[in-house]
Amino acid sequence: MELLSGAEMVIRSLADEGVEYIYGYPGGALLHVYDALFRQDRVTHILVRHEQAATHMADGYARASGKPGVALVTSGPGATNTITGIATAYMDSIPMVVISGQVPSDFIGTDMFQETDMVGISRPIVKHSFLVKRAEDIPMTIKKAFHIAQSGRPGPVVVDIPKDITNPSDKFEYAYPKKIKLRSYNPPLKGHSGQIRKALDLLMQAKRPVIYSGGGVILGQASDVLTELAQKLNAPVTNTLMGLGGYPGSDRQFLGMLGMHGSYAANLAMHHADVILAVGARFDDRVTNGVAKFCPTAKIVHIDIDPASISKNIRADVPIVGPVKAVLNEMLGAIKDGKREVDKEAVNGWWKQIDEWRSSKGTFPYDPGDGGIIKPQAVIESLYEVTKGDAFVTSDVGQHQMFAAQYYKFDKPNRWINSGGLGTMGFGFPAAMGVKLHYPDHDVACVTGEGSIQMNIQELSTCLQYDLPIKIITLNNQALGMVRQWQDMQYDSRYSHSYMDSLPDFKRLVEAYGHVGMTVEKPDDLKSAMEEAFALKDRLVFLDVKVDPNEHVYPMQIKDGSMRDMWLSKTERT
Amino acid sequence: MRRHIISVLMENEPGALSRVVGLFAQRNYNIESLNVAPTDDPTLSRLTLTTIGADDKIEQITKQLNKLIDVVKLVDLSEGSHIERELMFLKVKVSGAQRAEIKRTTDIFRGQIVDVTSSTYVIQLTGDSDKLDAFIQAVAPVSILEVVRTGVSGIARGEKVLSL
Repeated sequence: MELLSGAEMVIRSLADEGVEYIYGYPGGALLHVYDALFRQDRVTHILVRHEQAATHMADGYARASGKPGVALVTSGPGATNTITGIATAYMDSIPMVVISGQVPSDFIGTDMFQETDMVGISRPIVKHSFLVKRAEDIPMTIKKAFHIAQSGRPGPVVVDIPKDITNPSDKFEYAYPKKIKLRSYNPPLKGHSGQIRKALDLLMQAKRPVIYSGGGVILGQASDVLTELAQKLNAPVTNTLMGLGGYPGSDRQFLGMLGMHGSYAANLAMHHADVILAVGARFDDRVTNGVAKFCPTAKIVHIDIDPASISKNIRADVPIVGPVKAVLNEMLGAIKDGKREVDKEAVNGWWKQIDEWRSSKGTFPYDPGDGGIIKPQAVIESLYEVTKGDAFVTSDVGQHQMFAAQYYKFDKPNRWINSGGLGTMGFGFPAAMGVKLHYPDHDVACVTGEGSIQMNIQELSTCLQYDLPIKIITLNNQALGMVRQWQDMQYDSRYSHSYMDSLPDFKRLVEAYGHVGMTVEKPDDLKSAMEEAFALKDRLVFLDVKVDPNEHVYPMQIKDGSMRDMWLSKTERT
Repeated sequence: MRRHIISVLMENEPGALSRVVGLFAQRNYNIESLNVAPTDDPTLSRLTLTTIGADDKIEQITKQLNKLIDVVKLVDLSEGSHIERELMFLKVKVSGAQRAEIKRTTDIFRGQIVDVTSSTYVIQLTGDSDKLDAFIQAVAPVSILEVVRTGVSGIARGEKVLSL
């Protein structure tokens, strides 16, 4: 058997796990590992400029590829800088492994230079964590970390490795384990057949069914089977922010996103439904609005791999614990055997009602203005047109995120990449870099704001180093738009610290980093600028689009109301 | 709102306890009492905790505990017939006639005096939490110097077992 040091085992284990890229930053506690990295060529390391970006890159890569993302950071500040990225992945159930260096075992607890209790600090935001005690344990620990990160409900796993354990002069026998079994961890492989039958009975008798599907459909690779099932049932479908692309966004049966900034038809359909099929969605407060008034007439079927997500916020009438794909497949099989029939007449009537809602209010209507100033919605429509709906789109957090979710129609899963759960500003740009590494031949666009982009703008340097020609589109309204919108609506327009004074000239800033910068100020220039940006295939282009600062995101649910209580514009409410 | 006794078998690993306790703090659940020790299988610890809450909250607590990778199995003992005990040491300042009085009260409660000095007793008492509370009330007229309680431990009656 081959003899390897602990440091070599770290890198070899990653290679044997099939890891292509790791995103990281060296430091004292990791130098043995970085030396081992230097002496091999199976794993490619991407040097970031800030460890937070390393975790977001790993995250973006994971969301686009379906494979776990990996970050490598040193002890102390290196490790603590990953916390936001780990929490982001945790809230959206993204498979990620973060390997952190630690001070030598004998010094743990002495407040040594660059020491922090990484396992302790990250505990509430990881699926699991390990502090490695012996070099011999490294391959098994890394195997366990990957197994836990990507099975069941996925999530981030931390592996903290003290420096002495990676000592290059101590060699041990190396074999990477093929399989792993943990007696205390057995995620379900299928749903309960009795419950699935009950769910089918409800769905088949439904007169006003709605399918409410979330990020779990995308993580569970269940988008095709969900689509087939929805079409068999002829049921309207609405996706959560995280679920966009789980059902084709341009399909007739798709009502648009639901919830706080969901479409009029989606929210009304939810409110009036008699049966809701919730798939891989967790009834987040951004969906339900006031829990007490949520969908008063609906029976709820809830499919989720995580039993704790079922009946946490909204009680399910038929809970089904299991992988969404397996459960939906079983449902589909039972429908195909033909013993049950949908109540066609009732569902047709339901569609008539829904189409009336759709035609009266549109999906996401907005006032295009007089042509003097660019509307943020128009930027997304232009992006959709120019990329033919086929780009990977990442976003940061704020108004631009909601506009992107509303106006870009995602027909495929894994194409819409954003921080839904934690709402992390600074996520979109590094996430786009992770996507671009995995899909070098695809268009990757980061839709951001002038506030969000400045939270990780240093990664422009990383993009130059690794030649990552992504497109950054800033909906620049010179304000923290969503904060400003809330201040408009709830604080009598007292704009407490919501405007960005002293903005840089982004065009020149980007040029200083060696990329292409463009500023767009007139509606007439928008389309051509967008076309030019995407035509420059081998260059990073930063499109700073100056948009109307007074635009709000609508619809917007009225706080503590039901699903159907919405502002439709500044003056109109339901 | 009812008191529940949740008994957990978990990996005897460093940090496992902190994950359980951290979960309660993080999710705003309450721990009334807690005890933990290794079992006959040295790779497993058994943790027993009591908490008070409505049914839906207890359901969430057990679900969230089950999600922890270190948790192998758990049971809510209060859902079935079970035995529960808590051990208490009580150090009291006693002199003169009080000494005989306290000895009698301890006998009534089937406790033992396990340490004696000219001015103090240490009383050991086992029972459910109500009994220990009642004993503290019964000896309240004397000066209580110190109270140490272990927290509740419990086991299901009959054939039902919590094991691998």
